[in-house]
Amino acid sequence: MTDAWLVVVVVGVATVVMKGFGPVVLGGRPLPGRAAGPLELLAPALLAALVLTQTVGGDRTIFVDERLLGVAAAGVALWLRAPMLLVVVVAAAVTAVARVMT
Amino acid sequence: MAPLIPAILGFGVSFGVLARSAGLDAWATTAMSLTTFAGSAQFAAVSILGAGGGVTAAVVAAVLLNARYVALGVSVASVFRGPALRRLLESQLVIDESWALGTTAPGRFDRRLLLGAGAVCYLFWVLGTVVGVLGASALGDPTVLGLDAAFPALFLALLVAQLRSRRAVLAAVGGALVALVLLPLTPLGVPIIAAAAVPLLGLRR
Repeated sequence: MTDAWLVVVVVGVATVVMKGFGPVVLGGRPLPGRAAGPLELLAPALLAALVLTQTVGGDRTIFVDERLLGVAAAGVALWLRAPMLLVVVVAAAVTAVARVMT
Repeated sequence: MAPLIPAILGFGVSFGVLARSAGLDAWATTAMSLTTFAGSAQFAAVSILGAGGGVTAAVVAAVLLNARYVALGVSVASVFRGPALRRLLESQLVIDESWALGTTAPGRFDRRLLLGAGAVCYLFWVLGTVVGVLGASALGDPTVLGLDAAFPALFLALLVAQLRSRRAVLAAVGGALVALVLLPLTPLGVPIIAAAAVPLLGLRR
């Protein structure tokens, strides 16, 4: 098996197990009340971390490039209540144009 | 839902292109989108392999990046019904985007919305990957199209929709700060896992 296939298989199996854990083990039963509170806050915490790492993330470094301009433009579009599709297109377009200009 | 389709499709295409350029063959690339179905982890694994980082680093980064699905899956577990195999298969459709779209109120989920959004994302993610694999030689660098900025923009839009309470804002600020501090210090994936631990601090209160 090549390195690539090894990664594909191990990551694939691990992901199936991790995604399935909650629904298979707990399925149909409500969560213990104690855990529900923090889990409500998972989305904002994770999404904020994803925005940050994908905007200025490099390999073990903070790496600022044209992505930051694109995401900032997306922020302005969101503030102006633009629909999500437009927000995403604005981010890509601003980033692409900035790359051409630099 | 509709705004997600071009983003997912475009990102799937760029995954196909980048995975091929990193040295994965067409079948391995497609198999990864079919089985893993998690963009950030797939990109992390492929980029590490392409940079010569080795199998272990690629697997660890991708698994850490996907470990949040344990928490995501636990949070939606109550809406899953039926035999274990069906729950296992349906649970594969729970990703960041379908989780966010399936959330009707904090901690409450619409099963049809969750699985429907997940299925649409899955379809276009795999389709995009195949298009990217086939067109890898014709298309240039997807970063020229700014596609690498499309995803954080998408996550930003999903984040804004989640900021309905003061606690949610605090969790977002905490998650971002933890990620920012850890980003230069730890391998890809760790900042996101650590950010997922931020809401657990609420257990102490």
